[in-house]
Amino acid sequence: MSRPGAAGTLIWALLCIIAAGIVARATYTADLSAFLPRSPTATQQLLVEQLRAGPAAHLILVALEGGADARTRAQLSAQLARQLRSDPDFVAVNNGDAAGLEKDRAFLFSHRYLLSETATPQRFTVAGLRAAISDSLDALATPEGALLKALFTRDPTGEMLAILDALGTGQMPRTLDGVWSSRDGARALLIAQTRGAGSDTDAQQAACQAIRRAFALGVAAIPAGDRRGVRLLMSGPPVFAVTSRAMIKGEVMRLSGLSAALVALLLLSVYRSLPGLLLTLVPVASGALAGVAAVALGFDAVHGITLGFGITLIGEAVDYSIYLLVQSATDWRHSVWPTIRLGMLTSICGFAALLPSGFPGLAQLGLYSVTGLLAAALVTRFVLPGWLPRNFAIRDLSATGERLARALQALRRVRAALVLVPLLAGTALYLHRSTLWSRELSALSPIPAADLALDEELRTEVGAPDVRYVIVASAADRESVLLAAQTLAARLTPLIDQGVIGGFESPTRYLPALAVQRARQASLPASPELSSRLKEALAGLPVSAARLQPFLPDVERARTAPLLSRADLEGTSFAAAVDALLVKSAGGWSALLPLSAVASADLSASAATRVRAALAQEPGVHAALLDLQGEANRLYSGYLSEAAQLAIAGFGAIVLLLLVVLRSPARVVRVVAPLALSVLAVAGLLVGLGERLTILHVVGMLLIVAVGSNYALFFDRSSAQPHQGSVPLTLASLLIANSATVLTFGVLACSRVPVLADLGATVAPGTLLALLFSALLARPAAPAPAAAALAGGS
Amino acid sequence: MKRRADYVGVLAAVGFAATCAAAPESTPQPAFEQVLQLLAARRHGHVTFTEVHELALLDRPLQSSGELLYAAPDRLEKRTLKPKAETLVLEQGVLRARRGRRTYVMQLRDYPQVVPFVESIRATLAGDRAALERYFRVEFDGSLAQWTLLLVPVDASLAAAVKDIRIEGERDAIRAVQIRQSDGDRSLLTIGPEVTP
Repeated sequence: MSRPGAAGTLIWALLCIIAAGIVARATYTADLSAFLPRSPTATQQLLVEQLRAGPAAHLILVALEGGADARTRAQLSAQLARQLRSDPDFVAVNNGDAAGLEKDRAFLFSHRYLLSETATPQRFTVAGLRAAISDSLDALATPEGALLKALFTRDPTGEMLAILDALGTGQMPRTLDGVWSSRDGARALLIAQTRGAGSDTDAQQAACQAIRRAFALGVAAIPAGDRRGVRLLMSGPPVFAVTSRAMIKGEVMRLSGLSAALVALLLLSVYRSLPGLLLTLVPVASGALAGVAAVALGFDAVHGITLGFGITLIGEAVDYSIYLLVQSATDWRHSVWPTIRLGMLTSICGFAALLPSGFPGLAQLGLYSVTGLLAAALVTRFVLPGWLPRNFAIRDLSATGERLARALQALRRVRAALVLVPLLAGTALYLHRSTLWSRELSALSPIPAADLALDEELRTEVGAPDVRYVIVASAADRESVLLAAQTLAARLTPLIDQGVIGGFESPTRYLPALAVQRARQASLPASPELSSRLKEALAGLPVSAARLQPFLPDVERARTAPLLSRADLEGTSFAAAVDALLVKSAGGWSALLPLSAVASADLSASAATRVRAALAQEPGVHAALLDLQGEANRLYSGYLSEAAQLAIAGFGAIVLLLLVVLRSPARVVRVVAPLALSVLAVAGLLVGLGERLTILHVVGMLLIVAVGSNYALFFDRSSAQPHQGSVPLTLASLLIANSATVLTFGVLACSRVPVLADLGATVAPGTLLALLFSALLARPAAPAPAAAALAGGS
Repeated sequence: MKRRADYVGVLAAVGFAATCAAAPESTPQPAFEQVLQLLAARRHGHVTFTEVHELALLDRPLQSSGELLYAAPDRLEKRTLKPKAETLVLEQGVLRARRGRRTYVMQLRDYPQVVPFVESIRATLAGDRAALERYFRVEFDGSLAQWTLLLVPVDASLAAAVKDIRIEGERDAIRAVQIRQSDGDRSLLTIGPEVTP
């Protein structure tokens, strides 16, 4: 081993240890953060907070199906609720059982004078009392009267009814055997609100496991005969976060293992040398290590999806050592290395274009690849040669290379057919021009369509529609934000009556601002005063003041009771609602008022305009209407156009680099043309197969150029400097390198994670075509290239 | 013959077979069948009504009046005009109440306590024996010209609210509905003449 080799090995070993240390201490996540912007605008910030910590982020919908009958499922639901209510991981568990409902009812009833929006001074004047009591008497004569009778003497003005009206019991699920059930009665339903932050996937996973454990316990408690086919279904953002993390993790392990095994098998069958294989893998492993370490240093956390993208490094970095081992000319350093170096630089140009991306997933991919490739190339150049045993030789591939050269010769005769490529691809792109791009963020979601369908089904049944429109009011402190929400609620209520919106939620329904509570309390007359007003109000009505005796002490109690605070909500399902709708954010407090549209899921443009106009009428309140889905899609559209711009910039940088190094526009055109052609062909192919292009397809096209440029450069070298290196060996090494690339990306294309699959499906065919087109379009070096190659090789 | 077998079968299923063993003698079944058939044959009706609620907690009964509209088999509308306008619509198991500008929606199956108040009249109007027997033990008395139907809730949760419902009628027309609640409160709905459109 030579001295420089030894020095290289020493430095390499040292860096490996440092990198391994960084990698071991890095944080890894698999939550939404890879898809959320790095430097969000104010609206995007709201969106991000909503997705991470909004009311929906904590909600797990649970359905129980199968088993003997509805009674069995109800029993199981009750058992599950009991178990989870005692679990500190859950803020609230609701299955519609009487116990839970009774607590809520008791809370509303005992605090009715603080909660009711109709508790105003007018309400307790003689005329106000008379009107309110008359209304209650009318209600007694309706079929609901039987339900209201019990409350009448204590609440003759109907405050409880007013509160219930405002709460808008709306779409409550059906109750069967005492618990919530689906409309067809086949499933018992339950909603659990988890305590952990929406972004804390570990906490959500613990919650999901707690539900499964409680279910297993519940099943064990019912008679064996009733258990048959009983099943637990779960959905909601926490479940999705856990599923997608598990899926990404599983896929990354499985796919990288498979890729590595396939590439190893390929190399072993070609080299017929175990040391050769191991040496080939050294730069790859070093590159991967350096890449992860760089990402860990450059970002707060390494995203799981980055490791998935990292599989692509196997395909690219393995090429360098393949070129070294296969084309092991005596003057390797002068004949082959310059081409590898230029190829590496073009690849780095391509990946570096991703660095400034606002999409953290892409930026991480860029940093990972740039570092990984650089490390792999440097190890190939400065470490690996020193390790080659003195008489190291892999199987001689000259014969294979010659056969390849002859086959290529034959193929070149039909290269005029290449004209068809842009024609066909162009036609496909033109025909699908209106459906070219997928503009929805959900295109990147790893959640299977079946799970999304189940989620929608359960949401409809449980009456917890996906929160799409939210008014976010913000203020410096909790009291001010509650006041702001109260002001907005007063503006929104008329919109319900006018049919502009279907309804809205507000934290003030359960926890009114203290000032509002005080005002309501102040509107209650003292007992003697109320007593005399009541007598006057009841004149001529069919009920006597004596009957309404219980009303007076109730009002008196409310008049002097302490005001409501968050602690009073504990144990009711309203606690969870308030926690979800009233959030402390970086700049103070936010109150969320989710809106529902009338009759459909979407708020019409005119309805949104009227809501915004209503908000504008309160200039003192800092509030905005947020369309979560629209905002998310806008965000993704932004990523998409940004990715397209970055890809074009990367392409431009590669062309510029080639111009500088090759100093010949004609040679640059010859290198770039096959790459452009393969990108076009792949785009045409994907679109022609009915695929809608996503951001990852765009990145894949950049990768085709970055990887394919290596092939094109070797063909360029063969024709520009025919005496440098062996053409058959070059061909053989290119074919092996390309096979390795196609294998890794092919494996990726089979992934169940859409972002990985999109990338694989673009790069695998693209690099294959890049090699083919480069070979076909390369200018023959000499009048008889094969003969010259033969002479040079032997 | 088959219908009768069903009748006995249903009652046996709900545990009333013993009490009804003597039923064929005390209730002239052919008349009941005829009444049901006549009622079922009527596709719609539009009548006036007056209603009196006697509640223990009130000094005087509550009186109201308005119109009833029925469209076979499951739409019943009660338009109260006095003392205050209110519209109640029962349609396919959903009860909608319109008071002022607001509409309240109730799924009947979620409020079993409300069921006897509305389903007794609806099922009788529809001549829907199966629906009647789903909730009530049914006793028929009288003749085709003048009959009485006594409905007693079978379900304990219904019985907690309603003691019994007595429906009086002549041929295919209901004349009066008296609901006695378990706490002693009662209401009497008296049907007036047909409203001619």
